[in-house]
Amino acid sequence: MSVNISIRNAVKRYGNATIIPDLTLEVGDKEFFTLLGPSGCGKTTLLRMIAGFNTIEAGDFFFNGKRINDMDVSRRNIGMVFQNYAIFPHYTVKQNVEFGLKNRRLPRAETEALTEEFLELMQIRELRDRMPERLSGGQQQRVALARAIVIKPDVLLMDEPLSNLDAKLRLEMRQAIRRLQKEVGITTIYVTHDQEEAMAISDRIAVMKDGVIQQVGTPQEIYHRPANLFVATFIGRTNLIDAEYRASTKTVRMHSFEFPMDRLSLEADAPVVLSVRPEDLQMGRDAAGGIRSTVSDSIFLGMNTHYMVTAAGGQVIEIIHESAMDALFKPGDAVDLRIRTEKINVFSKDGTRNLTHAN
Amino acid sequence: MRTERNIRRKPEIWSPITFLVLGFYALFLVYPLLNLLVQAVIDKNTGRFTLEYFIRFFGKPYYSNTLINSFQVTLCVTVLTVALGTPLAYFFARYRIRGKTVLRILIILSSMSAPFIGAYSWILLLGRSGVITTFFLNVMGFRFPSIYGFAGILIVLSLQLYPLIFLYVGGALKNVDNSLLEASENLGCSGLKRFLVIVVPLIVPTLFAGGLMVFMRSLADFGTPMLIGEGYRTFPVTIFNEFISEMGNDDGFAAAISIIAILITTVIFVAQRRLSTRRSFTMNSMNRIRPVEARGITGFLIHLYAYALVGLSILPQAYIIYTSFKKVNGTVFVPGYSLGSYADAFGKVGRAISNTVIIPGLSLAVIVVLAALIAYITVRRRSLFTGIADSVSMVPYIIPGSVVGITLLIAFNKPPILLSGTMLIMIIGLVLRRLPYTIRSSAAVLQQIPLSVEEAALSLGSTKWNAFRKITVPMMAAGIVSGAILSWVTMISELSTAILLYVGKTKTLTVEIYTQIIRGNYGIAAALSTILTVLTVISLLVFNRVGGENEISM
Repeated sequence: MSVNISIRNAVKRYGNATIIPDLTLEVGDKEFFTLLGPSGCGKTTLLRMIAGFNTIEAGDFFFNGKRINDMDVSRRNIGMVFQNYAIFPHYTVKQNVEFGLKNRRLPRAETEALTEEFLELMQIRELRDRMPERLSGGQQQRVALARAIVIKPDVLLMDEPLSNLDAKLRLEMRQAIRRLQKEVGITTIYVTHDQEEAMAISDRIAVMKDGVIQQVGTPQEIYHRPANLFVATFIGRTNLIDAEYRASTKTVRMHSFEFPMDRLSLEADAPVVLSVRPEDLQMGRDAAGGIRSTVSDSIFLGMNTHYMVTAAGGQVIEIIHESAMDALFKPGDAVDLRIRTEKINVFSKDGTRNLTHAN
Repeated sequence: MRTERNIRRKPEIWSPITFLVLGFYALFLVYPLLNLLVQAVIDKNTGRFTLEYFIRFFGKPYYSNTLINSFQVTLCVTVLTVALGTPLAYFFARYRIRGKTVLRILIILSSMSAPFIGAYSWILLLGRSGVITTFFLNVMGFRFPSIYGFAGILIVLSLQLYPLIFLYVGGALKNVDNSLLEASENLGCSGLKRFLVIVVPLIVPTLFAGGLMVFMRSLADFGTPMLIGEGYRTFPVTIFNEFISEMGNDDGFAAAISIIAILITTVIFVAQRRLSTRRSFTMNSMNRIRPVEARGITGFLIHLYAYALVGLSILPQAYIIYTSFKKVNGTVFVPGYSLGSYADAFGKVGRAISNTVIIPGLSLAVIVVLAALIAYITVRRRSLFTGIADSVSMVPYIIPGSVVGITLLIAFNKPPILLSGTMLIMIIGLVLRRLPYTIRSSAAVLQQIPLSVEEAALSLGSTKWNAFRKITVPMMAAGIVSGAILSWVTMISELSTAILLYVGKTKTLTVEIYTQIIRGNYGIAAALSTILTVLTVISLLVFNRVGGENEISM
């Protein structure tokens, strides 16, 4: 059975330091939900509160409406995958996987069958009698996953499970986890600081900073319509450009360049910050009406080429352009920039609000 | 709306365990110590507060001199052991020395025997009618300077305790990166200068730690000054004599001396802590110091030093083993060899051998269980109470063994808790004294185990107790067992607590050896010492089997 998770006004303190001041969150049944944020933002702390390893200073945690604050860790029926896998080093792969089943005192035959099933599912059946010290990182990861889900937990909690793997294996395991979660159909909370990993794997993401949730949304929402400047800069790359909004003409002016912007919830003139993703800028030599700029540097990255361009006002802007057989632009070239205004986001000067509303 | 409420942790198995541990220490350590303090400052007849015992101690040079004597000899022993052990450890790390493995085994073995056996052997060799003394006197007409008194204690304890420094420094040198030595040489500093300027400053905290260990052991040692000190009276000897002689009428004076001893060791302990934390460096050795070939005159001198030092330190035990096979007539060695001493030994010792297995064996079982539990609560369940348990468990570390014996005797020699004369009181004494070491080593092992492994067990439905039993304990096991074997070795050669607590039926091998030496039955004493050595060797072999990679440390 899978559950929905509801967290209301959660508070976490260590001594005098408040890690999480007041956090409310809803996670749907069978949802793959990710807590994303820089280190120290409280994401792991929150995960461990749900797991029952951390005390809860205030607030309520519910699984399917049942309050779990005071429930013992061993009775919450959660599967947990740890950053360092936490494989029991003195047990074989099979003993590791069946550990949770034995604690549940299932009939022997059922234990055997389930263990086999999940060893098979995680493709580690041939490793069943190996000791953990003779497993690679990826294999240990698979054991940890099998061990966590074989007990049919209500909730699967994962704390940066891929951070100890090399880049290639990380991509592979990412797919495996995603596939498994959908197959088994289990509410999952996943913690990571890797925004690309979060977007690839999640149904929804909560971006956290200083113990506060900045935004909850689908990967698309978070990427395209970040709630504030922190989210805009934390997710993906972006150029931040200071500008002025003129309410009378509904235009935005940056330095000597002005363009129409009628999607802002602003009634008066105000200084704003534009967030323009590098791929939402176009460069041309003849684009009349663009921002006059000079190419200062280019970095070839295979499929794409990154250009650093100095705009007329002196601001350095990053642009991603699909690579061509020959370098399209060279340092020193004069270019015009054009902005895909429908995709940009406009923030209040202090960065706390996204003023853009979708049409 | 936000609801604040008190966090009420559910009662768990570790709370009662914490309180059981605290109860154990309250009953067997805190109560006896308070009792000791009361004895020292309350006049037994009038029931009033008095400093009379302290005044008597400091007023009479006969007593207060023992303090000065103890300090003199202990400081000299500490300095000498550091001076002997540090170069040896450095040579072992830095140079290829022929027969290194054998030398290392001999060094460890020589440190594992009871010091008083060394003292007694040196008396046989260099005493008034010792073999060497007699040889020089008869053959060369040359009288060896007396071994009794200050010189004797210094020689015996230094040769007995320098292995501690050797092991400590050897461990520390493993953390010194070879490139530091190479960089130093590259910058024009090598040889002795490099050793003094680069190596020694890096291992200063280790020297302090090792030095403290030597200091405590040497200060507390009872058997050596008793046998070889003669007129040179030290602290533990005085405590023993006063306590034994005044047993039954007035314990106050012995209690007062004990209090003074504890105060002194506490000051030393705190001072050492202060000094060494200020000088410690974090080192991370990528490549260890590699031994190089020692050539020419340097090589010769290094080998000479190593062989001579190790030879001298193993000589007493070797000689004891040799004399155990000599023919004995009455109490005198006569020419020829026999197994007579062994026959006598087995005939006379009664239960000493079985006691030496049973008492330390039972103590060890208690120590292992308590150490695992205490290490666990202090590392994993930090709270005010576990903090107290942690501190209290360390207290016996700084209490001299004979003082532990006295506190227990004074506290438990009358109802409601009458323990004197039982095996239990000896076990409690050993447990108290040895627990600090085993707790430290168990805690160190536990800190290496990531907490998440236990959490994984909990999340898989284990109870807290089961997670400890099935996951944590097996992961700690190797570390605990190897620590336990070392505890065992120290316990079977323990004398200063046992000598106070034993009665006829709880006599141990060391007590029996000591008694036989005092009576002049050197043959039997030698045979029993040899048996003890064999027991020690077997234990160390087991340690090597179980410990594997682990190095011996104390």
